[in-house]
Amino acid sequence: MNATTLLLTVAGTIGMALFGLLAGLWFTGIDRVLAARMQARIGPPVRQPFIDMAKLMVKQNVVPANAIPWLFNGAPLLALASAITILLYIPMAALPNLPLLDLHGDLVLIMYLLLIPGLAMVAGGLSSGSPYATIGAQREMVTMIAYELPLASTVIAFAWKLSSLGIEYPFSLATLATAPIWTLVGPVGFMGLLLLLATMVLVVPGELGRIPFDAPEAETEIAGGLLVEYSGRNLALFSLSLAVKTIVVTSLIVALFFPWNFTDFVPISCCPFLAAGANILFFLVKLLVVLFFSVTLVRISVARFRITQVVDVYWKVLGALSIVGLILVMVDARI
Amino acid sequence: MKTIEVKKPSGYATQIGPAHPALKEPVMFSLDIEGECIKKADFVPGMAHRGVEWMGMRRNCIQVMYLAERICGICGITHSISFVRAVEQIAQIQVPNRAHYIRSIVGELERIHSHLLWAGVAAHELGFDSAFYLAWRVRENVMDLLEYLTGNRVHYAIIQIGGVRRDIVPDQFPRIEESMKFFEDAYDKLAAVFLDDTTVQMRCRDCGVLTNDEARELCPVGPTARASGIKKDVRVDHPYAAYGDLEIDYMTPDLLTGEVRGDVYDRIITRLLEVKQSIGIVRQLLAQMPDGPLLAIPKPAVLLAKLKGVAGEAVGRHEAPRGEVMHYVRLEAGKDEPSAWKVKASSYSNYLSWIPMMEGEQIADIPIIAASIDPCISCTDRVALVRKDSRQILTKEELHRLSVEKTRRIQASLLK
Repeated sequence: MNATTLLLTVAGTIGMALFGLLAGLWFTGIDRVLAARMQARIGPPVRQPFIDMAKLMVKQNVVPANAIPWLFNGAPLLALASAITILLYIPMAALPNLPLLDLHGDLVLIMYLLLIPGLAMVAGGLSSGSPYATIGAQREMVTMIAYELPLASTVIAFAWKLSSLGIEYPFSLATLATAPIWTLVGPVGFMGLLLLLATMVLVVPGELGRIPFDAPEAETEIAGGLLVEYSGRNLALFSLSLAVKTIVVTSLIVALFFPWNFTDFVPISCCPFLAAGANILFFLVKLLVVLFFSVTLVRISVARFRITQVVDVYWKVLGALSIVGLILVMVDARI
Repeated sequence: MKTIEVKKPSGYATQIGPAHPALKEPVMFSLDIEGECIKKADFVPGMAHRGVEWMGMRRNCIQVMYLAERICGICGITHSISFVRAVEQIAQIQVPNRAHYIRSIVGELERIHSHLLWAGVAAHELGFDSAFYLAWRVRENVMDLLEYLTGNRVHYAIIQIGGVRRDIVPDQFPRIEESMKFFEDAYDKLAAVFLDDTTVQMRCRDCGVLTNDEARELCPVGPTARASGIKKDVRVDHPYAAYGDLEIDYMTPDLLTGEVRGDVYDRIITRLLEVKQSIGIVRQLLAQMPDGPLLAIPKPAVLLAKLKGVAGEAVGRHEAPRGEVMHYVRLEAGKDEPSAWKVKASSYSNYLSWIPMMEGEQIADIPIIAASIDPCISCTDRVALVRKDSRQILTKEELHRLSVEKTRRIQASLLK
């Protein structure tokens, strides 16, 4: 790796981090406005999350007397850093040189990295010395274990399909970007993929800790759970990591299921910048659509589950659904 | 051979409240928890004692009536009706019929208002904010109607000892009927959201059960009792105001589902049914409203003079949205202020049902169970013992001794 590549990678990382933060906050704002409109409210301005962050950054950062300070302060940083790291592995809008760390990691790595922001929150919650945070941390761990089964089944289905076709890097997202999974399967596999898509869409609210899977934070039950003792800069960092994670999880679904670009439908050959711009815009629209159906629509139409029900839903319902989807994809290859 | 000892997971004690997002007013739950399961539940009331009775015993009866209305922000009319009924019995004031009807109309509108407010709070406790906004949007209509009829959105100040202060004239009937139609539509919507929604059923069915037997032992009142299948309603059992003239029945959940389980879901059903029942009652009242005066004694000065001359004790009762409210009043001749005023808010009877409801349930269910009896904590708190910054709890024996002493004091004063 020479100096130029290194410089480019560093610049790219900073760029991706900025993109993740800004787009994440912006999407959070859009989500809030959409939810408000569907509840017949006016809702906050779209820039509200930015205002909140600016406010939190200047607020006092309280560390409880019985907390473990280094862990309590370190957990939010770890959560944000790991959320940004995942962004570097996800292809976006067919831009050249993206993902930045292509071939340094694949879907399996992303699955593990996705756990780290959650684990950081658990560590932060357990170290904050509040009974509510302890309950929240236990619930967060249970939730993570719960949504892992449907998530893993989906990833396995994709990798199995690609490896059965003899593709070199079956777990690589870049491979998927060039060959959309829907074009590789027959009608039965198509049904299987639809099931997997439905599963993934419902894994998102669990990943992001949104209603109905927000038992770890459950405001009315445990007063914010994991985050109950967090304030000021630390809370802002956790909120930012959640915003970045929103982009990560939605773009993961886009990369897995909807890798098409704008230029695939309308070739723009006159100007490469225009083509890139159109692709980025199209990519953002795809993210927004996924966000709307997996977060906004779900969270306004249901009540919060108990933690036992979270596990039941993820293992019995969505787990079964994803395994049926996996089997259908496998059966499809045999027909 | 080595035996492996499995260490039982030890429980921990935690508390919820007095200040907690699940609680709209201060009360404290102390809980023994194992994992997510509540093993033992208890509660500590007395966090919001306001000394309303003490204030009332230093004011004349008309002033006390307005004070009574301020015991509760949601069911204000409940307390003023109960208080004036007690005073009217002592002074033997005959309330005109029309006033009875107007009292009932406002009382029923307040029931609709209270139940809608509760539905919103319950939905919020479940994390179902869309239903919360829906219920509170519907509630705006009844508040507007109450403002149109009485001049105020809360604390209607329409009751007076011996009648009511404002008339509801036939010109106003179409506006009332318009709102009743609105609530009928809204009832269908709310029933669809609260009763047919899968997630609400998952959270509320068989959660926070108060069995019929437990209910009989603990004597809850209002929707809490009726949801456990106990047919108990002051409006039916001891009709007052205009309720004697009406077709009215106990609303129990089996009317809708054919069975009584006594869970949170049944309490939702009971309250929704009561909203529908209240719509019907308001219509009956409007159809049958007789003509006549509004007040037995129109001039407040004459009324006060009469009250100063009477002596005696009485109990006034009213079926509040949360259940029976009871006011005990004792007047002495020659005194403006009541010499005793004791308020029993409905939540006082319902508090103890929390314990069997919560034990065995999960932490996640605490907010909805606490809300399911629709507690009115500030209305209920009557006493708080604080000496030198430490709270004290009276035992049963001490309470008994105190009450015997008080009875002797009262008997001695009555003999004089």
